[in-house]
Amino acid sequence: MENVCSINNLVACLVQSGMNPDLANLLTALGGVVLVATVPLVTVIFLIWIERKVAARVQDRLGPNRVGPFGLLQSVADAVKMITKEDITPQGADKFIYNLAPIIAFASVVLIWAVIPFTPLHIGADLSIGILYFVAVASIGTIKIMIAGWSSNNKYALLGAFRTIAQLLSYEVPLVLSLLVPVMIGGTLGMQEIVRQQGGMWFFFMAPVAAIMFFIANLAETGRAPFDLLEAESEIIAGYNIEYSGFKWGMFMAGEFMHAFTACLLTVVVFFGGWWGPGVEQIPVLGFIYLGLKTAVIYLFALVLRSTVPRVRIDQLMTLNWKWLVPISVANVIVTAFLLQVIKALGLTPQSGDLIAALPQTIILLVGNVLLGVVVFGFIGRVGRAQRAADQAVQIHTDHDDHSPVPAVGD
Amino acid sequence: MLEFNAQSVAFIVFALFSLGGALGVVTTRNLIHATLYLILSLFGAAGFFVLLSAPFLAAVQILVYIGAIAILIVFAVMLTRSMTRLRELYNRQWLLSGVVGVALFLLLMIGVILPVWGINGSHVGKPVSDVVTTTVDLGIALVDQNQYVLPFEVASLLLTAAMIGAIVIARDDRE
Repeated sequence: MENVCSINNLVACLVQSGMNPDLANLLTALGGVVLVATVPLVTVIFLIWIERKVAARVQDRLGPNRVGPFGLLQSVADAVKMITKEDITPQGADKFIYNLAPIIAFASVVLIWAVIPFTPLHIGADLSIGILYFVAVASIGTIKIMIAGWSSNNKYALLGAFRTIAQLLSYEVPLVLSLLVPVMIGGTLGMQEIVRQQGGMWFFFMAPVAAIMFFIANLAETGRAPFDLLEAESEIIAGYNIEYSGFKWGMFMAGEFMHAFTACLLTVVVFFGGWWGPGVEQIPVLGFIYLGLKTAVIYLFALVLRSTVPRVRIDQLMTLNWKWLVPISVANVIVTAFLLQVIKALGLTPQSGDLIAALPQTIILLVGNVLLGVVVFGFIGRVGRAQRAADQAVQIHTDHDDHSPVPAVGD
Repeated sequence: MLEFNAQSVAFIVFALFSLGGALGVVTTRNLIHATLYLILSLFGAAGFFVLLSAPFLAAVQILVYIGAIAILIVFAVMLTRSMTRLRELYNRQWLLSGVVGVALFLLLMIGVILPVWGINGSHVGKPVSDVVTTTVDLGIALVDQNQYVLPFEVASLLLTAAMIGAIVIARDDRE
């Protein structure tokens, strides 16, 4: 037999060795699952390191620099420390649910990686409903918070969970609505197909408004600054996971770090061309590197944002979402749908996947987005000016009343 | 005859999830456990959709139903006095609801079995593709003038009205 056993023909190899074909397929699929799930698990160690390093640099510190070269092994040391810590279960906790929550926290993020196209050839599962799968899996994430908060038998944990649920559910609306735009442009829900459609032009240039909304909503969904109200280290220390210790707490943390990275990865896949890059059609594996590089840029941006932007208040959080993000994303969906019909009527829908073919559609959609942006910023400016005028009126009024210097309000 | 392959194993697992979860929902005295059993049950139903090659419906099932469970827990926490030790498993309407449940089950069974097997069990043997429609068909049916566009629009109007009603009830009168 010329058939040499290797990883490429694992199924054939196993069958040849006398295994039931069904079982061989199942085992190979399981191997793939383990492989895809391991990537985020390993990545998270370095994510924590880079996050601490970037935050340190922004704050003019050095960051971890003792364990290993450049402090690279600090996270490994932390993981070892975490495992050896005491595993506390509060009295009166609902044990089964209490232990289930960290597992769901971690799994709900790892599950997303199943539909991420790493290269033109490599994807965990190229579902025809990839985007919908992501939204569905992301919605499971809210359950872990609720059951973690409830099963801890601690009213502060429960209150924290309520607050977090309010935030996550609110920001799911603009998140899903902004995902609708690339779906409409690409005409598909499949992740791999969406990336392939971006061969001529990244969807970012066709739908910058949707891309920015998606990024903001994701920051809130993953609980990153300036939306990190679910943790708010400097004031309330923790939220729903306050009773967790040791490795279980570590799983929540690792899940959070990974979720933030996964969100950036998704932004790249949906809006920034995923694995596309020069020479990727000849050597598909290059796609993995391009995807990684683009994600790194977006992730670094999110990290710098985290260390520089102050945290919003809960009322500002809700105002931003319901009074700005949701209306803008609804308007964005309507505008994009209208423009896409116009493009279709004019016969300008790109026929081939190169830059020239995609150009007319891009220009029309970009102009539409810019106009939308102008209107939105006009509104924001007007509301801001009105608010400032009201603040100043109050200030003058008080000045006049008691003839005493009043500290400036607002601004 | 039922073959023993990966699909039938998956079917049995999902059936156990679905039925066991449903049983758990109505027998547990702990409301939070009940919601978790509900997740299990709905997840089983999503699994059936996958086995029927309807991944779209499976994803929607998880998104709409399981995604809303967190809200259900919030309601359970906020609106009930004792979540973990319900004293009564039955209330006065248990007989009536039992009858309604059985009747609905029988109706559904008839509705599902008749198109496939025909009257008198003559087994017309229609191909599955005639009975089962695709997601595309579903989407078109909802916006086609000759099919379901009117019920679809009425339903969406009803939901909007319900949403506005909720806001009106919840808002502060002083504003």
